[in-house]
Amino acid sequence: MNAVAQATPPAVEMKTMAAVAMALRDAMADDPRVVVMGEDIGAPGGSFRATRGLLDEFGPRRVIDTPISEASIVSAAVGAALSGLRPVVEIMFMDFVTLAMDALVNQAAKARFMFGGQCSVPMVLRTPHGGGLNAGPQHSQCLEVWLAHVPGLKVVCAATPGDAYALLRAAIRDPDPVVFVEHKGLYGAKGLVDRTAVDAIGKARIVRAGRDATVVTYGATVAASLEAARQLAGEGVEVEVIDLRSLQPWDRATVLGSLARTHRAVVVHEAVQAFGVGAEIAATLADEGFDDLDAPVVRVGAPFMPVPFAKSLEQGYNVGAAGIVAALRRTLE
Amino acid sequence: MSAPIAPIAPAERDRLLALYRTMLLVRHAETALARLFADGEVPGFIHLSIGQEAIAAGVASALGPADTLATTHRGHGHVLARGLALAPFFKEVMGRAGGICGGRGGSMHVADTSLGILGANGIVGAGIPIALGSAMAQSVLGTDGLAVVFFGDGAMAEGVLHETLNMAALWKSPLLLVCENNGWSEFSPTARQFAARLEGLAAAFGIAHERVDGNDALEVADAAARAVAAIRGDGGPRVLECMTHRVRGHFEGDPQKYRSADELDPGAKGDPLDRARAALAAAGMPPTTLDAAAQAVAAQIEAAIAAARADAAPAWEPALADVYAAVHTAEAR
Repeated sequence: MNAVAQATPPAVEMKTMAAVAMALRDAMADDPRVVVMGEDIGAPGGSFRATRGLLDEFGPRRVIDTPISEASIVSAAVGAALSGLRPVVEIMFMDFVTLAMDALVNQAAKARFMFGGQCSVPMVLRTPHGGGLNAGPQHSQCLEVWLAHVPGLKVVCAATPGDAYALLRAAIRDPDPVVFVEHKGLYGAKGLVDRTAVDAIGKARIVRAGRDATVVTYGATVAASLEAARQLAGEGVEVEVIDLRSLQPWDRATVLGSLARTHRAVVVHEAVQAFGVGAEIAATLADEGFDDLDAPVVRVGAPFMPVPFAKSLEQGYNVGAAGIVAALRRTLE
Repeated sequence: MSAPIAPIAPAERDRLLALYRTMLLVRHAETALARLFADGEVPGFIHLSIGQEAIAAGVASALGPADTLATTHRGHGHVLARGLALAPFFKEVMGRAGGICGGRGGSMHVADTSLGILGANGIVGAGIPIALGSAMAQSVLGTDGLAVVFFGDGAMAEGVLHETLNMAALWKSPLLLVCENNGWSEFSPTARQFAARLEGLAAAFGIAHERVDGNDALEVADAAARAVAAIRGDGGPRVLECMTHRVRGHFEGDPQKYRSADELDPGAKGDPLDRARAALAAAGMPPTTLDAAAQAVAAQIEAAIAAARADAAPAWEPALADVYAAVHTAEAR
């Protein structure tokens, strides 16, 4: 720390969408190589208003409205990143990354490796995932685990406005391709944002300390997990809640360290449970944390079905506090 | 040989000699690779451009140092014509530690970012939108460079070509799209794969298209120089379609039972090296000069192969370290 104390601006309360916009704005102001591109991100300010104001401040050369051509938009971001820019490309709904999988999986993820480290691909793909808006099977999915499975990609998921700001700044600074996953249901959530915070990808945060069991989660289910922890606290059970914040790489040290204290773990995510992030974490805990476990690791995720549309159906599909409490009770038995 | 020998002016003679030397380099390198592959010294798959060398030589002759280049699985000629050094090239294709990509990529992924080569590519058409992004970067960064992408007629049915033509036209991207039209989409005649013609496709987006005899090095070089000058003049994209002939199979070892004997005739469109040599001889170039050029190239190639044979196999740890430029948690995987 600099001994001459700078007046630190106080953290400001804002919504997640404003924190994302501010991170983009500050990154663009700091680094002329940063450009943003995507569908309707210019004058309309993006489907979720995360790019509002950028066109006016930085102009159309750096705020690039694209046609509806996901495959080529993301590939163009790869080419731009290989040629000196730091592009931040928006895919309007995470469901649409299916159209850009070659760009992500075969190009962005592999360029550094297959060219023998001659270059890196400093690009960010921002995209919102998640349900709760009755948006139906093609506008609600959480597909982050597909990308966490690909060597060469990093996958980040912020649960608060403060993390949205700090982790997006970190993602844009990062030399590797980063998929930055936002949650549609959290865009309106408020929280404190510290513009001076410097963050690094790959560090989890213990958002609630507890001695009796650990919940490992990320994204929108952080709040549901905290609610579950509050409910059990009324019964004298103290649950530790870890927000992973980054899925690839994920913070094994923090998770294994928590397990060593609590000896019980539940992994929670909104994405489909089968073959999910939870499976990877549970397998790691069962292997490397075997001696610390007093009970099986329990997973909580969505059922193996497309995200349904009708309110009654989507309510049944969503992972909520009740299901997390039930899982914790199983592991505490 | 059926194609006529176009008389050339004495002033053109030195230019054609330079193109001939480049073609000799590519031809000798690929002829050697065919032999090494048959002898089991080249692992994996290789795709040779024998008979298509005039396109690589002609286009490369029109490029400047700031220009970037993306190519295809059949890309040896393009990267060698651009100046990729022979020893790192052979080491790469033969899977050695000193390969330009450290033996991580092989034939389908040769790249040299110091020369603006953004890679050969194993995915048909994938280089097209990558080059668009590179062109975009050149515009944003205010360089005087352009991006060139080589693609085969097999890529004409890929959606990313259509998307890229649209965006390049909308944005007036400094992008030269070079189609090597050899009539084959892998194992099928392109006439059965693509209902349109490239000139019609380019016209639909208002992009100027020129078709040339792709086995005439001077004709390719002149057309490429016109296209490059036009792109540098108005910033907009151009399409150059070079009609050529695939002498070898889709891959080495392809028995090509799907081609007729007539169609397999390597001289069907006139071998580009034979044509250049005949034109040079007709213009008064002594045969001893041409033979000396071939002998010099052959000696360079043999030296590169010897260096590759003597080089070590790639080590494991440095390869693993090339997956990411930066990983912030030591235990990440």
